[in-house]
Amino acid sequence: MTMDIELTVNGEHVRESVEPRMSLADFLRERLQLTGTHLGCEMGACGACLVLLGGKPVHACLVLAVQAAGETVETIEGLSESGAIADLQAAFHDRNALQCGFCTTGMMVNAHALLGDNPAPERAEIRDALSGNYCRCTGYEAIVDAIDATARKRASDVEAPA
Amino acid sequence: MTLQDTNTAAARAPHIGQAHRRQTARRHLAGRGRFVSDIVLPRMLHAAFVRSPMARGRIVEIDTRDAEQSPGVVRVFTARDLNPSCKPWTGTLDHFASMVSAPQNILAEEEVLWAGHPVAMVLARTRAEAEDACELVMLDIEEGEACVDGHAALSGDAPRAAPGLDSNLCFQTVLETMAVDAAFAGAAHVVEGDFTFGRHTAVTLEPRSVVADFDAASEQLTVHHGTQTPYQFQDIYARHFGLSESRVRVIAPDVGGSFGMKLHLYNEEMAAVAASLKLGRPVKFVADRLESFVSDIHARDHKVSARMALDAEGTILAMEVDDMTQIGAFSTYPRTSVAEGNQVVRLMGAPYRMPDYRGRLSVVFQNKVQTSQYRAVGHPIACAVTEALVDKAAARLGVDPFEIRARNVVPDDAYPFVSATGYSFEKLSHEACLAKLRDLMDYDALRAEQAALRERGIYRGIGIAPFVEITNPGAAFYGVGGARISAQDGAVVRLTPSGEVQCAISVTEQGQGTETIISQIVADQLGVAPEQVKVTTGDTDTTPSGGATWACRGAGIGGETALRAGRKLQGQILALAGQILQSDPADLALADGHVVDAQSGTRRMPLAEIGRIATYRPDTLPEAADNSLTAAEHFAPSGYPFDFTNGIQASLVEVDVETGIVRLLKHWVVEDCGRIINPLLVDEQIRGGVVQGLGPALFEECLYDETGQMTNASLADYLVPMACEMPDIVIGHVETPTNDTILGAKGVGEAGTAAAGVAALNAVNDALSPFKAEIRQTPMTPLRILAALGHV
Amino acid sequence: MKSPAFDYIRARSVAHALETYRSLDGEGVYLAGGHSVVPSLTLRLQAPAALIDLSGIDALTGISLDDGWLRIGAMTRHAEVAADPMIRDHAHLFHLAAPHVAHPAIRNRGTIGGSLSLADPASEFPAVALALRAEMEVAGHDGVRRVKADDFFLDIYETAMDPGEILQAILVPPVRAGDVAVFDELARRRGDYAMVGAAVQAMVDAGRVADISIAFFSVGNKPTRAGAAESALRGARLDDATIAAAQSALDADLDPSDEPQMPASVRRHLARVLLGRLLGHLGTTA
Repeated sequence: MTMDIELTVNGEHVRESVEPRMSLADFLRERLQLTGTHLGCEMGACGACLVLLGGKPVHACLVLAVQAAGETVETIEGLSESGAIADLQAAFHDRNALQCGFCTTGMMVNAHALLGDNPAPERAEIRDALSGNYCRCTGYEAIVDAIDATARKRASDVEAPA
Repeated sequence: MTLQDTNTAAARAPHIGQAHRRQTARRHLAGRGRFVSDIVLPRMLHAAFVRSPMARGRIVEIDTRDAEQSPGVVRVFTARDLNPSCKPWTGTLDHFASMVSAPQNILAEEEVLWAGHPVAMVLARTRAEAEDACELVMLDIEEGEACVDGHAALSGDAPRAAPGLDSNLCFQTVLETMAVDAAFAGAAHVVEGDFTFGRHTAVTLEPRSVVADFDAASEQLTVHHGTQTPYQFQDIYARHFGLSESRVRVIAPDVGGSFGMKLHLYNEEMAAVAASLKLGRPVKFVADRLESFVSDIHARDHKVSARMALDAEGTILAMEVDDMTQIGAFSTYPRTSVAEGNQVVRLMGAPYRMPDYRGRLSVVFQNKVQTSQYRAVGHPIACAVTEALVDKAAARLGVDPFEIRARNVVPDDAYPFVSATGYSFEKLSHEACLAKLRDLMDYDALRAEQAALRERGIYRGIGIAPFVEITNPGAAFYGVGGARISAQDGAVVRLTPSGEVQCAISVTEQGQGTETIISQIVADQLGVAPEQVKVTTGDTDTTPSGGATWACRGAGIGGETALRAGRKLQGQILALAGQILQSDPADLALADGHVVDAQSGTRRMPLAEIGRIATYRPDTLPEAADNSLTAAEHFAPSGYPFDFTNGIQASLVEVDVETGIVRLLKHWVVEDCGRIINPLLVDEQIRGGVVQGLGPALFEECLYDETGQMTNASLADYLVPMACEMPDIVIGHVETPTNDTILGAKGVGEAGTAAAGVAALNAVNDALSPFKAEIRQTPMTPLRILAALGHV
Repeated sequence: MKSPAFDYIRARSVAHALETYRSLDGEGVYLAGGHSVVPSLTLRLQAPAALIDLSGIDALTGISLDDGWLRIGAMTRHAEVAADPMIRDHAHLFHLAAPHVAHPAIRNRGTIGGSLSLADPASEFPAVALALRAEMEVAGHDGVRRVKADDFFLDIYETAMDPGEILQAILVPPVRAGDVAVFDELARRRGDYAMVGAAVQAMVDAGRVADISIAFFSVGNKPTRAGAAESALRGARLDDATIAAAQSALDADLDPSDEPQMPASVRRHLARVLLGRLLGHLGTTA
C-alpha cells in the first residue's frame, strides 16, 4: 500500500505517494534528493540524520514519512539556503570543526536548535547537547569551539549592533 | 635550483606553515557533500546479503526460490553464480615468511567461517525489497565447532578456523638481539605484566559504500567506491575479474571516514562488481550499521606477555615480549592481517636506548570477523605495553614518571640511531618533547592538586607516554612482499590558459585536508594563492597513479610529489617567460600571480599572460619553445625506509573508585611531525587521533560470546566515544624536518591514536595506586576497574 | 535496516484506535513517538500488519491538575516532561529524570506513555512512576481503568495492560508537605542505558524519614521497588547507620541477572553505592 502525503519541506509544498514503511530520512534523500541528511545507524544512535520537524531536531531515521504528513520539515539544505546558519557555517569552517563531513549536517541542525533554546551555553552544555551526535574524525573539541564562538559572536553582535 | 629556491615566491610569500582553511569544507557545511551513499544511477539495483548466522558451519542447502519471487527482486545470487567470475584472493605476502591463509572468494561456498559471512546476494529495485527477499532465502547450515579464543585455537586438537589449514597459526616470527637473556639475568629490577587489548572497529560514520557500474557496450567498469585507495582497487578489480586496467575506473568521491578500514578488500564490494558485470546494470551496496559490525575489519585483539629489565639506576636494559594476535578466519587482502602484529613487536621500546630485545609474534586464526590495519597500526599496543612497564619500573624504583623517561629516551643529539628492534631513526626529539610537555601541562602543579584532592577522597591520576610513529613508508611495507600497492605517488600540475593552477594528484582526501595542503605547497612553488590552485583527487581516470592516503603518507610523500611537480612547472613557466621577455630565466621568479624580477620583485608579466600566449598565440613563441605548461612528477621515498616521528602525550583522569567510572579531565600532546604544512589541520588530526585512541581505552570493544557471536553489534550497544566523555586536548609542537625530502614533512595522522590510550591507562593506574590496584586490559570498563579494586 | 512493509492508520480517537486494533486481529502495533517501535521494525524484530498512530488523539495530550492529582497525557514528549512547570512542581521526579532519557533529539519525539507502555526495565520513567506511586489510566473496550504503578510493570516489556489497551495518561498523587525527590543513574556515557539507576521520593519531617519510596531500574527484568530498604529507612533518622542499613537491605530487594559484562554482584554493588549517594543527597536536600 502507498499513501499520499503532503508536507512542507524547506518552505516548499511537497506531495508524494509513499509506502508507510519509508522513513522520513529515506523520503528526503531518495524522493527529494536532499542528500545532506545522512544515515549512519538507522536507529537513532548517531545523529547524522537530524532534521527540524516542526522546528525541533528529530532523527529522520526514526520518523516515518507518513508521520510527517501535514508537518513542516527543514533540512540542512533549507537552513543553509535561508542563511539561518550562515554564522555557524562560518565558525565551523574557520575552526575546521569538520573533517569527512558526514556528521556535520546533523551537528549543524543540532547546534542551530541548541543556540535557539540556549543562546549562551556553557561548554559542558554544548557537549551535553551533542551527546547524541557521533563524530569519528574531529574528537569534538573543534565542534564545541565553533558553537561556543558562534554563541559569543551572536551575543556581542546584539550588544554592539553594527 | 638552489639559488632560485631562496628567491621564489615560496620564500617571499610562504603558504606552507599557514593555517589555511579547507575550501572543500564549505560544501559539507551546506549539505552539498557527494558521498557514494548519495549516488543514484539509472536502472540501479540495490544489494542486500544473506549472512551466516553462525560462526562456523557447513552449508547443506540454500533455497532461493521464494526470494526470487519476492516483489521487486531482479536476481538472487549464490557462490555458484558469482564466484567463478572472480579469481580468488589470498591475503599473504612474501616478506612475511611462511605465512599462510586460505584463498577467499565472493560468497561462502561450502563452509561459513564467521557469523556474518555472506552466503547469498539479493538484487532488487530498493534496499527494502532486497531485505524483504533476504528473509525468504532458506538457509540450511550444519553448525560446526568454532575457534573463538586464540590460545585454544593453537592447541593441537582445536578445530581449524578455515578449510585447508594445517593449524590455526597464520604466522610466527621472533626478533631478538644477542644478549637478552644475559640482560635479564643481570638486571637489578624486572617488571612484567600480561596485557589484553580488546577488539574494536572503525565505525566510520558513513558505512562502506560502493556503486559498481558496468557498461557492456563500451566494456567499461566504473566503480564509485568509498575508499582511501582507488588505484589499489582499480588493480584488484582488473586482475580478479580479468579486465583491462584501462577499462576499470575507480572514483572515490567524498568519503565519510576511512581510517584504514576502507582500504581492505571485502566480499560485498567484489559481489557488487561481479553482479554489475553479470547484469550490465549499476549495483549499489551500502552496508547498514548492523552488517558493518560483522563485515568491516576489526582492529587489535592482542594478548601480550611482557617484561622489562632495568639496572639499579632505572636504565632499561631489555624487553621481552610475546604477542598473540587473533585475526579471524582469513588474513585480509591485499595487505594481510600480519602487518599490525609485525609492527607491534618492532615498535616495543622504540623511544628508549634499550640495547636488547626479544619479541615473539604469533598470529592466530579464529572464526570471527577479520582484523587488519586500522589507524595507528600496531602502535597503541607497543606503546601501551612499553609505557605501562616503564611506569611500573618507575613505581618500583620510586622515581617520577618524567624522570625515568628522561633517563632512558634516546638523547636528541644521539641520532641517527638504530633501535634494538632494527628501526633506523633519522632524528627524533624525545628530550625536547618531554621538557615541553612538562611545561605545557604544569606537571608539578597537577601533582600538588592530585595530592590535595586525594586527602578528600578524590582519586585523580596523571599518565604520560612518549611514542614513536612510523610515517612515509617506502616499498618496504608491502611492495617488497609482492603486493601491488604503490609506494610512489604522482602529481600533474598545469597552468590554465587564464593563469590559474590545477593539480591532479594520487593522494586522496577523507577530510584530513589533503587537498588544502597540496594547494598550499603548489601555490608556494608557483607564486599564487592556494585558492588559485584547484586540486583533483580520487579518480583513476583523471589523476596520476599512486599509493594514495594511508600510513601517514599524504603530506610527506604526496606533498613532496606536489612540491616537485610544482617546481618543474615553475621551471617551464620561467623558461617560457624568459623567451617572451627576452630575459635569463635565472633572473626571473614567480610571485603574486606574476613573473617578477628575481632580485627586485618588480612585476614583469602576469601568469595569465603566459597562459594566454602559450594557449592562443603559440605562433608568437620561438620555435621549439615548450608551451605545454604541464608538469608531471612521481616521487617515492628513498633514504630511510620510513620517516619516524615522535611525541609524548599526557592524560589527567578522575576515577570514581566506588563505581569504576573514569572521567577524562584533560589531555596533552607534544608532537614532532617535521615540517608543519598547516598547523590548524595538524592539530585537528592529532585531536581526532587522540579520541580514536581514547575510545578503545575506555569504551570500544567488539564483544563475542563463546559460540563466536558478536553480542554488541549495533551502535546502541557498541560504545563509541561521544562529546560528553571526551576531554579538551592541548597541543604543542617540536619541529624536526626530515632531510630525506625537500619539503621535510612527515606524517601526523596516527600520532594521536598511538599513545592516547596508554596515557589514559597509566593515568588510571596512577589514580588507583593508593589501593595497590592495577588494570592491564582495555577497554577499562567500570567492571574491570571494580575488579581491580577488589569490589567484584 | 529497512522496515518490512506495513499499513499505517492514523487514529482519530481512542475508540477509533481500539476498534482499529481489534480489526487487525492481533497484527496491529500502536505507534506513539515511534522511537522504540521504529527501530524494532528496522531491525525486523517485529512485522505488524499495520501501525496505529496515536499522535493525533487529543485525549492523549495535555497536562492538568485535578483535585491535587497531576494528569500527564500519554503523548507528552520527554522534552515537555523536562520543561513543563506543572510537572516540575507536581511530579518533580519526572522533571529530574527526563534529562537522563537518551539524547535531546530523542526527547523531542519520545513520549512518556510510550516509555511506560514499553516497560523497558532499563528505562528511567517506569521507575519514576513506581517511586511516585503513580497510577496508569488505561483505556480498553470495557472502558477506562486505573492501575497502580506497583501493579503495572510485570516483566521485561510486559505490563498489566491487555493486548490492545491504550495507556491514556499517568496520574501522579498530590504533593505533600516535606516531599523531596532525588534521582540519579550510573551510565557509562551520557544518555546511555544506565548500569544502575534509582528514583527516590521521600517525605522528610524534622530529619526523620516519614515516608519513602525507592525504585531502581536496570537491575532486573522490571523496575523494582526497594521495599526492604524503604522499611529500613521509614521512621528513621537519615544518618550513616541508617543509610548503611538501607544499603544492606537492598540485597533482599534486588535480583539482577548475571551477565558477562555486568555480573549480578557488580550491579548489586553499584546499586548500594547509588543508594548511598542518593540518600546522602536526600539528607542535604531535605
